[in-house]
Amino acid sequence: MSRAATLPRVLPGFGLSLGYTLSYLSLIVLIPLSAVFIRASELPLDAFWHAVTAPRVLASYRLSFGMALLAAAINTVFGLLLAWALVRYRFPGKKLVDALVDLPFALPTAVAGIALTALYAGNGWLGQYLEPLGIKVAFGPLGVLVALVFIGLPFVVRTVQPVLEDMETELEEAATSLGAHRWQTFRHVILPVLQPALMTGFALAFARGVGEYGSVIFIAGNIPMVSEITPLMIISKLEQYDYAGATAIASVMLVASFLLLLAINGLQAWQARRHGRSA
Amino acid sequence: MAGAVSSLSVQHDKAGLLESRQATREAPWVKAAILTVALSFFAIFLLLPLVVVFVEALAQGWETYLTALVEPDALSAVKLTLLAAVISVPLNLVFGVAAAWAITRFDFRGKPLLITLIDLPFSVSPVVAGLIYVLVFSSHGWFGPWLAEHDIKVIFAVPGIVLATIFVTVPFVARELIPLLQAQGREEEEAAVVLGARGWQVFWYVTLPNVRWALLYGVILSNARAMGEFGAVSVVSGHIRGETNTLPLHVEILYNEYNFAAAFAVASLLALLALVTLAVKSWVEWRASQTVAVED
Repeated sequence: MSRAATLPRVLPGFGLSLGYTLSYLSLIVLIPLSAVFIRASELPLDAFWHAVTAPRVLASYRLSFGMALLAAAINTVFGLLLAWALVRYRFPGKKLVDALVDLPFALPTAVAGIALTALYAGNGWLGQYLEPLGIKVAFGPLGVLVALVFIGLPFVVRTVQPVLEDMETELEEAATSLGAHRWQTFRHVILPVLQPALMTGFALAFARGVGEYGSVIFIAGNIPMVSEITPLMIISKLEQYDYAGATAIASVMLVASFLLLLAINGLQAWQARRHGRSA
Repeated sequence: MAGAVSSLSVQHDKAGLLESRQATREAPWVKAAILTVALSFFAIFLLLPLVVVFVEALAQGWETYLTALVEPDALSAVKLTLLAAVISVPLNLVFGVAAAWAITRFDFRGKPLLITLIDLPFSVSPVVAGLIYVLVFSSHGWFGPWLAEHDIKVIFAVPGIVLATIFVTVPFVARELIPLLQAQGREEEEAAVVLGARGWQVFWYVTLPNVRWALLYGVILSNARAMGEFGAVSVVSGHIRGETNTLPLHVEILYNEYNFAAAFAVASLLALLALVTLAVKSWVEWRASQTVAVED
C-alpha cells in the first residue's frame, strides 16, 4: 500500500495537478513519440533493416556516436579544469567566465553553427593558421567534433562545479597532514569524490552530442560517407519523401536516447546517494 | 537535459579561503598552468564564437547591418519567433507548476517514471522531435486525411512550428521547480491549510513567494530555447520565406545564399538574446543568494 492511500491528504489539488500533468505530457510528448515506434513497426522487416543498415546510415552512426564520445571525453578533461579554476582560484573576470560557461545552453544552435564555421573555414580567424598545418577543421569530421565540444562543455562544468563547491576541505587537510603530496591527494581523495559527477557530465554531453543538429550541419560539410551525422540522414530521407526510411532511422535514435536517459538517471541516483544531495 | 544541470545554484565564493590554506592549494606553477589551459580553452571554444558573430555582422558597416534587420522577411521571422515563444512559454509554465506540485506535494506510484518522462524532450534529438509531428499531422500522417478534409494545415505551417517549440521546451520550468519544492518540504503549505487557507491562496501566498526566482529562471531558459530552436522547427516549417520562417531558419537561408553579412546580422540578434538570458540568470542567482543570506 502506498503512503498516499493510508494517510489523509492535507494539501489540495492532487487530482487536478496530476491529471493535467499526465494529459499534457501524453498529448504533447508521449502520443507523438509513440508514432515513431508504431509507424516503424508497420514497416516490413526487411525494409526496416535495409533503411537502418544502409552503408551511408552506418557511416553516420559511426560519425555521430564516435564524435560525440570523443567530444564528451575532451569536455570531461577541460570541463574539470574549468570547474576547478572557477571554484578554487581567484582571477580577474571570473564572474564573466562563470556566466558565459552557460552560453551553449542559451545561444541558438544555428548561430553557434555559422559562428564556428566562420572561425574554422580556410579564411577564418583560426582556420587560416590551421589549414597550412594540414589540419582541416571546417567541412569535415573534425568540424563535427568542434561543434560537439562547444555544445557539450557546460554539461560537464555545471555537474562538477557544485560537487567541488560542496566538498569538505577536511579530507584534503587530513591527507596533507598524513604526508600526501598534492597530486596524491587529488588522485586518491578528490578524484573519487568527483567521479560520479564526471561520469554524469560525460553522459549528458554524449547524449546531447548524439542528437545535435543545428550547430553541426553548417560546419560538417555533409559529405556522404564522410561527414554526415545521423540526424541529417533523417532530414535527407524526409526531403526525398521517404517517410518510412526517416521513421526507421528515428526509431534507432530514440532507442539510443532512451538507453542513455536510463544510464544518466542511474548515474544521478548514484551521485545523489554518494553525496546525500540531489544532483 | 540542460535543466538537469543548470538548476539555480546559490553558492558563496570560497576560492579566497581555499587559496590561503596549505592543504587546499597547489604550487604557484600548477595554478598558473591550470588557469592558462582552462582559460585558453574557454576563450577558444566559447568566447571566440560569440565575438565572431558580432564582428561578422558589422563587417560591412552599420547600414548593411540595419538593412538586414528591417527587411520584410526578417521582420516576419521576428514576428513568428515571438509568436511561438508567447504561446509555448506560458503553456509550459502552467505545465511545470502543475507537474512540480503533483510530484513534490503528493505520494503516488510511478513518480520516478513520471520525472523521467518529463525529461524526455531533452534527450530526444531535435530532428526526431520535428519528425514525430510530421508522422502525426502531415498529409501522410495519422490525422492527415481528417485535417485535409477540414482544410487545416499543421505541418509546413505555423501550428506545426508552435507544436515543435512547445515539445522542446516542456521540461524547463518543471526541472527548475521540482528540486526546490522538494527541498522546501510540505510543512508550510500544510500549516496554511490547517489555518484555513484555500487551495489557490496556499499556492499564491505560501508556495509562489518561495519559488519565484527558480520560476523566473525556468521561464527565461524556456524562452531562450523557444526563440532559438532550429532542428525541430526546421523539420516542420517547410521554409516558406515570409510565412513559416523563424529567426534561426532565416539565418540558415541567408547563410546558404552566401549572404553572410545579413546572416550574421540576424544571428547577432539571437546572440544578444542569449547574452540577455545569461545576464538575467546571473541577476536571478544573485537575488536568490541575497534572499538566502537574509533568511540565514
